[in-house]
Amino acid sequence: MRRLILVLILLAAPALAVQPDEILDDPALEARARDISAGLRCLVCRSENIDESNAGLARDLRLLVRERLVAGDTNEEVVDYIVDRYGEYVLLKPTVDGANLLLWLAGPLMLGAGLVMGGLYLRRRAAASEPETARLSKDEEARLREILDD
Amino acid sequence: MIIELGHFSLILALFVACLQAAIPLIGAHRRWPGWMAVAEPAATAQFLLIAASFAALTYAFVTSDFSVRLVVLNSHTDKPLLYKITGTWGNHEGSMLLWVLILSLFGAAVAWLGDNLPPTLKARVLSVQAMIGVAFLLFILFTSNPFLRVAVPPFNGQDLNPLLQDPGLAFHPPFLYLGYVGLSTTFSFAVAALIEGRVDAAWARWVRPWTLAAWMFLTVGIGLGSWWAYYELGWGGFWFWDPVENASFMPWLFAAALLHSAIVVEKREALKSWTILLAILAFTFSLIGTFIVRSGILTSVHAFATDPERGVFILLILAVFVGGALTLFAFRASAMQAKGVFAAKSRETALILNNVLLAVSALVVFTGTIWPLAAEMFFGRKLSVGAPFFNAAFTPFMVAIGLLLPLGAMLPWKRARVGRAARALLPAFGLALAVGALAWTMQSGRSTLGPVGMFLAAWLISGAAVDLWSRTGRGAGRLARLLRLPRADWGKPVAHAGLGVTMAGISAMLAWQAEDIRVMQEGESLQIAGYELRLDAVNREQGPNYFSTKASFTLSRDGREIATMLPEKRVYPVAQMPTTEAALDNGFLRDIYVVIGDPQDNGGWAVRSYYKPLANWIWGGAILMALGGFLSLSDRRFRVAAGARKLPQGVPAE
Repeated sequence: MRRLILVLILLAAPALAVQPDEILDDPALEARARDISAGLRCLVCRSENIDESNAGLARDLRLLVRERLVAGDTNEEVVDYIVDRYGEYVLLKPTVDGANLLLWLAGPLMLGAGLVMGGLYLRRRAAASEPETARLSKDEEARLREILDD
Repeated sequence: MIIELGHFSLILALFVACLQAAIPLIGAHRRWPGWMAVAEPAATAQFLLIAASFAALTYAFVTSDFSVRLVVLNSHTDKPLLYKITGTWGNHEGSMLLWVLILSLFGAAVAWLGDNLPPTLKARVLSVQAMIGVAFLLFILFTSNPFLRVAVPPFNGQDLNPLLQDPGLAFHPPFLYLGYVGLSTTFSFAVAALIEGRVDAAWARWVRPWTLAAWMFLTVGIGLGSWWAYYELGWGGFWFWDPVENASFMPWLFAAALLHSAIVVEKREALKSWTILLAILAFTFSLIGTFIVRSGILTSVHAFATDPERGVFILLILAVFVGGALTLFAFRASAMQAKGVFAAKSRETALILNNVLLAVSALVVFTGTIWPLAAEMFFGRKLSVGAPFFNAAFTPFMVAIGLLLPLGAMLPWKRARVGRAARALLPAFGLALAVGALAWTMQSGRSTLGPVGMFLAAWLISGAAVDLWSRTGRGAGRLARLLRLPRADWGKPVAHAGLGVTMAGISAMLAWQAEDIRVMQEGESLQIAGYELRLDAVNREQGPNYFSTKASFTLSRDGREIATMLPEKRVYPVAQMPTTEAALDNGFLRDIYVVIGDPQDNGGWAVRSYYKPLANWIWGGAILMALGGFLSLSDRRFRVAAGARKLPQGVPAE
């Protein structure tokens, strides 16, 4: 039984996200590696980045990122290297170019539109108040004049 | 036999729902009281029938009836009883049955509690509610029937997804559905009001409790889901901007907006057509959420049950209901004239700003969620939109809301002197600045996220306190008056403070968490954020339906033992899936979080440990928000709705 348990556990054991043996000795490089990893998608997972994923492919990518960093690549070069091989699908943060501009500008544009619409509504509401207070009947106006003349 | 009875009563419920959809609607149109009165018993009958059907399915799961296909696929005799019960909705078919059960529950609740509704409005609301019921009952019976049998029953089942065998996740779907489906009631009210051509303060007062209840349940449901992710997935992440999470978050944002705009309709008779539109949108996004989850069109971690055919059916439902409601809206919106008049500086303006920010932020989430689909369809680009995008695009909206909220909440209706509210809030603002500055100096040159989050949190919490205090009037006896305030007066600041607490938790965790990954031998210790963690032993154990590797850690600080922590790694042999069970030491100001990993070649174990500051505040804030909603909901003024009853069915919109 004991052996069966052990075999089962070893068979199904997932590699847990970043493994101790992956970590680079240089803390600065490692920090950069973690930073880059958080922005890369684990291709076989749903929406996890490779830093968090347990999948084997994610581990391969993590090692690749570290390999490139040790080889002296800048962060951008590492990302470009991976995008060249796996396509822009790996980027969790879409690039700001071409059609993606629509995505990035959607927030500010919609906010602008919302504020303009809200502003117009406000102006209508505020304007609606004026006639109500300004409009006096003939009698009232006459009475007002009387009071003011006194 | 019981299974067949359940199946039969589900079919019967469909016919009852058809009657309930048609007869009261005609009755309301022709003013025939008898026909309108059909709605109430029909709603009750529909609920009872679906409840019987659900009970039959639960029975099948509890008794492990492996002649039912669904039970074979999702259960196992070794599973603990709790998960046999929760397994009923831990799959596509069962969860859809839960969905219609809750839908009919809300319908029945309107029938039971809606004594003070005008008869035509009530008949129409129940009719629209039944139409939604018809659509989803058809969906279940034709594409996702839970009662199908297998010809040759197997000896045992295939077990529930082990990730779902957890108390946090077991109760996540029912709450989420109470929220999603609760928004169907506001939708029904909105459509009924469009048919009536009348929206007034009384209508808003009837709708607000339903919105509040739905929003409250959504808050709890989302909180439970995120809490589950935090302790179960093994690295303490609590929000992933996964499409399925977004699917529940968008209705929450819209419901929050609706909650606030309904106040304007109730108190000031303005923003009417916008409120109707919001009610339609909130339910639309609930349906979109269902569509995203059930069709699997956007891949996500939650794709437990996905099938494109079902997706098309839900898309059809979505098109019919949303299309219908929006068409009706287009014809009738002009009839919703606003009455209330207010100046630019007023509570109304603040609430409009709140609505703009909440609605646009929800649409930003929506854009990001469907962008991969749109980019592939229209531009032929296969790309991902993940957490980094949402963090960048969504956070500014929350910061803006956090900044404006305390001031807006203090402004009087109609015409405000901003200076006066601002003066009252000056101490709160000073305190918040101090807290932010303190956070800034205490951290060592890291991001601005932590200090900004702390500032906003302190500003929201102390602002809520000032708001509450300002309601006690002047002079002596303020403390006594504070305790006697109506519950709704408490609900608002409690919910607003809850938002602040959640913001504090999120920003502290993201900014200041510490992590340690290493190989440890038994008997070794590690240091993390001033705590010492010693690995005492690692043992193999056997659970009811899994095998486990269980580690034992001792957590101590300054030589004083605080806790024993027992992280586990489990393997579920039937489902052939491993899970990690992290060990947590929960504290008010921090969590210590340990995960045991793989055995290493040298006899050691991979160990990941985290220091997570203010982690519990994230969910504490969610609880506070829900509590605030509950306080308002339980206010006598809501329950009685006395003013509304005496009004001669409101005033028609001109």
